[in-house]
Amino acid sequence: MVAFDEMHGAGEVRPAYAALQAWLERSPPALMETRRRQAELFFRRIGITFNVYGEADATERLIPFDIIPRILTRAEWTGLERGLAQRVSALNAFLADIYGPQECIRAGVIPDALVNAHPNYQLLMAGLKPPHGIHVHLAGIDLVRTGEDGFYVLEDNCRTPSGVSYMLEDREAMMRLFPELFVQHRVAPVETYADSLLATLRSVAPDTASRDPTIVLLTPGQFNSAYYEHSFLADKLGVELVEGSDLFVEDDIVFMRTTVGPQRVDVVYRRIDDDFLDPLAFRPDSVVGVPGIMGAYAAGNVTLVNAPGTGVADDKAVYTYMPEIIRFFTGDEPILKNVPTWRCREEDSLKYVLDNLADLVVKEVNGSGGYGMLVGPKASKAELDLFRAKLRAQPDNFIAQPTLALSTSPTFVGEGVAPRHIDLRPFVLCGADGIRITPGGLTRVAIKEGSLVVNSSQGGGTKDTWVLED
Amino acid sequence: MLARTADSLYWCARYIERADFLARIIDASLRMGSLPSSYGGDESEWESALASASARVAFYQTHDHADERTVCDFLVFGRNNPSSIWSCLNAARANARAVRTALTLEMWEAINEAWNELQRYDCDNMDRESMARFLEWVKRISLLFDGASYRTMLRNDSYWFLRLGMAIERADNTARILDVKYHLLLPEREPVGGTLDYFQWTTILRVVSALTAFHWVYRTSVKPWLVADLLILNRQMPRSLFSCHAEIMERLDQLADFYGRRGPSQRMASNTLSKLESSRIEDLFQNGMHEFITGFLRDNATLGSAIAEQYLV
Repeated sequence: MVAFDEMHGAGEVRPAYAALQAWLERSPPALMETRRRQAELFFRRIGITFNVYGEADATERLIPFDIIPRILTRAEWTGLERGLAQRVSALNAFLADIYGPQECIRAGVIPDALVNAHPNYQLLMAGLKPPHGIHVHLAGIDLVRTGEDGFYVLEDNCRTPSGVSYMLEDREAMMRLFPELFVQHRVAPVETYADSLLATLRSVAPDTASRDPTIVLLTPGQFNSAYYEHSFLADKLGVELVEGSDLFVEDDIVFMRTTVGPQRVDVVYRRIDDDFLDPLAFRPDSVVGVPGIMGAYAAGNVTLVNAPGTGVADDKAVYTYMPEIIRFFTGDEPILKNVPTWRCREEDSLKYVLDNLADLVVKEVNGSGGYGMLVGPKASKAELDLFRAKLRAQPDNFIAQPTLALSTSPTFVGEGVAPRHIDLRPFVLCGADGIRITPGGLTRVAIKEGSLVVNSSQGGGTKDTWVLED
Repeated sequence: MLARTADSLYWCARYIERADFLARIIDASLRMGSLPSSYGGDESEWESALASASARVAFYQTHDHADERTVCDFLVFGRNNPSSIWSCLNAARANARAVRTALTLEMWEAINEAWNELQRYDCDNMDRESMARFLEWVKRISLLFDGASYRTMLRNDSYWFLRLGMAIERADNTARILDVKYHLLLPEREPVGGTLDYFQWTTILRVVSALTAFHWVYRTSVKPWLVADLLILNRQMPRSLFSCHAEIMERLDQLADFYGRRGPSQRMASNTLSKLESSRIEDLFQNGMHEFITGFLRDNATLGSAIAEQYLV
């Protein structure tokens, strides 16, 4: 299977990459190695690390950063931008509907069981209209590419998508290390993201809030894998980074404990999963949550970003219905395509998947971070057998997709520059005053040769992503 | 500002200050230990190093004998000693990391780089020379961190809590070394004098990096009661109990003005400061130096608790 290469396309160097290609040829390998080391030092010094669960010796690890950027043309980006806005609008309409009148179920767009029996369907949210009617304020939509025009949505992350700090810091590192490249290329800036995020958060404050709402970022704490990102964002936003114990609820109002006593909080950008958000409403053993915050939310006194219960739309089984969902709620054809997907819950599909397992990628519908998936062509016989048994036992739990020839991008590896598979996660912000999308996003790269898994928990790295202005 | 943030800033500064103090104690003890015993160099020096670091009890739970190697190991790299340099730098960094957003990039880099560097030190194979270099390095961390905060931080409550932590810890440290060595500073010993005590006095001055300062302030040879005066009442000496408490008062006043509210910690600090202001060193000797220092350590700790109660929870 030959993958589409972002730089070389079908053979010729693609025009957007011409100057970069010339620069790569000019630059001696030793210089590149020096720059790569400087980049690593930069990341280590500012402390951009992430924690890997279950690895005692490596509690703070760097995500590998590749110094060769990934380039999108303005035309490509404009198309993606339209598709992303359409998709996130549809996701919000879908969530408002399933926690409201459930018309899409009655119209047969999606099976009842997939929604109402979904483990992430939050009964507490049923009939509850979030401030300004928005459920998903922040989404990270994972895209892959297979050809010149072949962009596909791989998954919709609309719980608490992460990675945006890497988008910003990768650019910072590139601008420091390769200022000359930014003279040669007209790269759309990404540093507006923090302002966009702040504007989005302010726009969704509840009506009870003053004109200058108090916004906080709620983190599970410094041992969370994304703690660096939490502190980074709080810093860029100029809002307090709070832990559950810093907040308390009284008379359905959320307060934070400050050096001058309690201060009312209006918007909580939470980076804590639904389950741990409120021990009174969800998991009673949660020690990182805020008891009573769901009561304050139901009373309309605080905005939670994102709303609880968005996990239904984050699900890989629901994903397969996204084309229908988009058509139903927007009345238009989806601009961004789904990857063709077999729903193992359907008998015919299951049979096909079992028969062709060695050619397919099988994913758990609720899995994330690349855990619990099978890449057929790379799997051993034992692994295939194990998955066959799993599929037979719980077909509802899985979907399958063809092994896509993910596009590759030249990447600086030990032996020099070589193609490696990449994906793209643009970040979509959805406020009461509209949708904002920062040009580009986070490009993740599978550093291991031939690997298709780009997740950082599985050894993936990142690249700076450039949208070139015309 | 979040109470937890204020707490972490306060403790971050305290731990950095404590690591610096420990480095100075060990440095001075190594120096004493390298003098011939007729000049006062013997192993009791390591006893008093432990006492100055208030680590005697913890030390003897796991050790039988205090000498250069055992005490250095315990006070420098002791993982099980919460007051070792190693533990202090770890705690400072953990506090800094918890309030990453309240620090400037320069401050974070100072403490984070120190922590990264610390992981690379081989604590088992340290000869005297590498130990001396290591202690120098530890002292530079506090210089870098203090300098970074002085040059880059906004002058608001974050800065004041940080300075408050540093001043409380510094007052505690200065008082502790006085507590251990006070008997050497009593004036009646003067006629005895002799070289043995001379090196003890200069060691005290070295621990608080005040040997040169002493000569500038008093323009005379080192006299024990003047050492006490320098460390307790002198207003020019940045580590004197007076200076520490003048800073504590200043920071607490700034907080009170900023928040528009005074509380128990302002009242307590004001009492302690006016006591120091009206004291003469002769009176302190008259009324019992040991009682004074013990009383001061108690007041300082009570003030720490009052600050915690008023702002940090």
